[in-house]
Formats: sequence, C-alpha cells, structure tokens
Amino acid sequence: MKTRSRFTLGRLIRLALLIIGAVIFLAPYIFMISAAGKSQDDIFTAALSLIPTHFYYMQNFAKALEKVAMGTLLWNGVVVCALIFVFQVLVAIPCAYAMAKLKFRAARMMMVLVLLGLLVPIHATALPLYVAFDSLSLLNGYTALVAPFTISVFAIFLFLQFFRAMPDDLIHAARLDGMSELGIVSRVIVPNAWPAVTAFAIFSVVAHWNDLYWPLIVISKPGYATPPLGLMNFRAAEAGDDYGALMAATIIITIPLVAAFLLAQKRFVEGITMTGLKG
Amino acid sequence: MASIAAGEIRPVASSVRHERREARTAWLLALPAIILMLLFVLLPIVAVIFLGFTDFELGVGKFRFVGFENYAELFTDRTFRKSLWNTTVYTAIVAPVSILLGLGVAMLIEGEGWGKSFFRTAYFLPVVSLIVAMATVWQYLFHPTIGPLNALLGLAGLPKPNWLGASSTALYSLSIIGVWQTVGFNMVLFLAGLTAIPRELYAAAEIDGAKSSLDRFFLVTWPMLGPTALFVTTISVINAVKTFETVKTLTDGGPNHASEVLLFTIYQEGFVYMKVGYASAMTVVFLAILVVMMFLQYRFLDRRVHYS
Repeated sequence: MKTRSRFTLGRLIRLALLIIGAVIFLAPYIFMISAAGKSQDDIFTAALSLIPTHFYYMQNFAKALEKVAMGTLLWNGVVVCALIFVFQVLVAIPCAYAMAKLKFRAARMMMVLVLLGLLVPIHATALPLYVAFDSLSLLNGYTALVAPFTISVFAIFLFLQFFRAMPDDLIHAARLDGMSELGIVSRVIVPNAWPAVTAFAIFSVVAHWNDLYWPLIVISKPGYATPPLGLMNFRAAEAGDDYGALMAATIIITIPLVAAFLLAQKRFVEGITMTGLKG
Repeated sequence: MASIAAGEIRPVASSVRHERREARTAWLLALPAIILMLLFVLLPIVAVIFLGFTDFELGVGKFRFVGFENYAELFTDRTFRKSLWNTTVYTAIVAPVSILLGLGVAMLIEGEGWGKSFFRTAYFLPVVSLIVAMATVWQYLFHPTIGPLNALLGLAGLPKPNWLGASSTALYSLSIIGVWQTVGFNMVLFLAGLTAIPRELYAAAEIDGAKSSLDRFFLVTWPMLGPTALFVTTISVINAVKTFETVKTLTDGGPNHASEVLLFTIYQEGFVYMKVGYASAMTVVFLAILVVMMFLQYRFLDRRVHYS
C-alpha cells in the first residue's frame, strides 16, 4: 500500500468517514459538557444549542458536590483499585515465576486451574461469595470489595507468558551469585517484568474502577460506595430530571480515568493490546 | 575406581536434592495463588452448582435438596425465557456491529496518515469512560422530550421515538450504547493486528494481479487478521452476554421486561428476591453459555484461521 499525500477522491471519502464517525463518538462528551453548564430552563428549551445561554457551571457543579459525597466516592475508588492491584501483582508474580521457570509436578494442574479461572467472571461466583461474606458479616466494607479480586488468573496468565520469554541464563546467573529464589523474584524478575506489570495495571484499574455488579451487591451503605455505585444511587434517588447537576456529577466522576488515559495514551493502548491479545 | 564411582553418584544425589528443593520453593511461591484460586474460583463454582439443586433462600435458614426442580422451573419461567431471548438479541446486534465497525475504523485509520492519534483517541475514549456515568449521558441524549437526539430528528421531520421508555425500542437503544462503548476496544485490537502484517505481502499481492484494494483485502488483510478476528469475536460475544451496567442504570429491565438480560435477571432473583437456589441454577446456565461460546469459537473458527 502506497501512502499518498495528494488529495484523491478516495482519501477525501476516507477522511470524511473518519471525521463523521469521530463526531458521533464524541457527541456524548460534547453534550455532557454543554448540559453541565445549562440551567434547568435552558435544558428544557434548547436541546441542540451547545453553548448555554446563561453559564450555569458553578451552580451545577456546586449542586453535584453538595448532593453527592464526591470525595468519598473517588477516595473509595482509588483505595479499592489500588488494594486490588497490589494484591493481584503480589500473588500472581511469584506464582507465574514458579510455573514458568521452576520444575514442580503441580504446574500442569495449575495451568488447568488458570485456564478455568479465565472463563469464570465474578458474576458466576457472586452468589456463594455473597452468602459467605454475609455469614461472616463482612458486607459493607473494603474486605468485601477487594477480597474476591485479590486473585487474578488473568494476571498469572499474562505474567506466565512474559516470564516464559525471559532468558533462563538471567536466572542461572543470579543463582550462581547465591541469590535465593525469593531474591530472584524481587530483584531480577520484577524489575524486568515492568512492561507486563504496567499493561496489567491498566487492565485491572479500568476493569475495577468501572465495575458496578459486585459493589452493588455487597455495599448498601453510602460510606463504602465506589464511583459507579455512588453515581447510580445519586441518579436514582436525588437528581430526577435535573440533568445539569447530573452531567456535572458525571464529569467529575469520569475525569480521573479519562485524564489518565489522555496523559498516558500510548501506554494505555499498548497495555490494552498486550493484555487483550494475550487474554 | 571407588572414588570415581562416588564422584559419579554424588552429583546425581545432589541434583535430586536440588530438584526437591526447587519443587518446594515452587510450591511456596505458588501457594498464595493456589489458596486464593480454590477459595474464590473453584469453591464458589462448586457451591453454585450445588446451590442450583437446592431451594436455598437467604434469611430462611433451612433448605431442601430439590434435584432438577429449579431447572424445570427455568424452562417455564417466562421472565427467564424473555431475558435469555433479550440477551441473544442484544449480543446478535452488538457483537457483529462493533466488530465490523471496529475493523472498518481500524482500516480507515491505518490507511490514513493524517490525524492518526486524534482519531484513535476519539474512538477509544468510550472504553475508558465510566460506563455508569456515560449511561447517564446517553439517557439525556435519548430523552423523549428534552433530548438532543429527538430534537435532531424533529428538525428532519422524522418521528420521535421514546427510546428507553418504550418496550419496542428499549433493547435497541441499549444496543446502540453497547456498540458505542465497544467499537474502540475492537479497533485497537484490529489496529495492532494490522500493523503486524508485513508490507511486502501487499506488494506481492499487487504483482500477482490483485489490483483493487478489495482484492488485496481478501487476499492479504483478512487471512492475516484471522487470529485477531477470532479473538475479537470471542471477547465481543462474551462481553455482550455479560452486559449489566447499562440495563441496571437506565431501564431496570423494563419497560415490561423488554430489556431484561440474563445477568440482570440473576441479580434480581438472587440479590433482590434472595432466591439463591433458583438464581444459582440461572448462573449455571450462564456459565454453560460461556463455556459453549469458548468451545464453539475454538472448534469452528480455528480451522479457518491462518496462523502465521
């Protein structure tokens, strides 16, 4: 395929399609930003005008902040995602290293477990887990939000692929230097696994920041609500048709992940492709 | 002689010892993962299958073993059948449309030198946006009286549907959101697949007489994209079967069960009505669907896929 710099008809059509598509895909964001600055009257009369007649941003954001404990929601989101990610990596890396580089008889059986685990989403295990957490009185807390996700078979699978590609000589050299296996994991494997860890971090954070199913089940007190749950409750209970305040709340809650994505776009896309393609 | 023999035996003995030590270390390193896998994956699965054969209800205390009663009830349960059907319709729309659009956008971006990263960002943004939050925005866009979409249709003199509010359109409205949300993800995977195709193949195809770009697409791009397409299909179908967020946020399965999907029904029966046994049977059906999907993909599509 030759890349032509001239404006041919084909290229014009291609660009037109891409631009129309991009406008359609960005439209929800444009209307979100627009509606967040409109007063109630504005929203009810001029749906298609993008620029608010009176700038109502301050009032709408104030209303959103007053009615929803944004700080708590965002903080819960950060704590839950961070805890989940740290546990997942701490558990998965040693396991993947053992499976990839050490000889032991259970390795094959564990591969079966991992492949089975890849197939099973939280939606399938939620009922017995809920019953168990309920009987241990662990509902409405960080433990319930984090514990089921401390194991990520996907992480094991991803790191396993990555470690298999690592040269054995690196590990042999470390052993000859008298390093223990734990030392090898922490000082040789982890620093070299950085690309895989970053890729997995993106996957993990996007998945758990967005998850509604499990928090909806285990959390009934607003103090432990994660961003999706908090926004859903706000939507259902308070806002009604107050779209200005709703859009303001939506912007506040969407910003963290979108900003992270815009800042580290290349990493994000690489991460998604890397984790995605191997999953 | 004796000393040589001893010299030969010793390394063997030490290597056995070494192997044992290595196996012990491996077990120790893998132990946390094994325990957690048993606790949070294997045990719950066994429990869900077991519970599916009982009439367990949360808060009741006692439960009875009922055999296949739950499964028999599922077949006559109109809500469940409706929700299975809705899940099928939703998947049949969202998976193919988002795959084709994802591929289309990826090929357009790949063929166009200008604005590559801008377009990639624009189409990918929905993937990293909070689903519940963007669903709220879509609810505004779809609003029958104050929504921009109907205002636009009104300008064109077209009828204004009650998107999420009418049982004839609710599921399709949710499908539109589903497509919007997944195209970017599929596009990124296809982009990665496209860049991995060696340029020389296109030149070779051109020399061999594949003059039009359509010929080159079917001769080079499509077969080389096989593994990516297979993977994207699996992921898209599974994700569509797992849809829940938009349903819960926007329609609560309504109106009149018109948008009730599998996971929503499970959630409703199990966690709202607390009928854990019955919901477990539904979960087993849900799991079976996932297993069959994976199996079908790898059985049927694998043969037609070209691995380089």
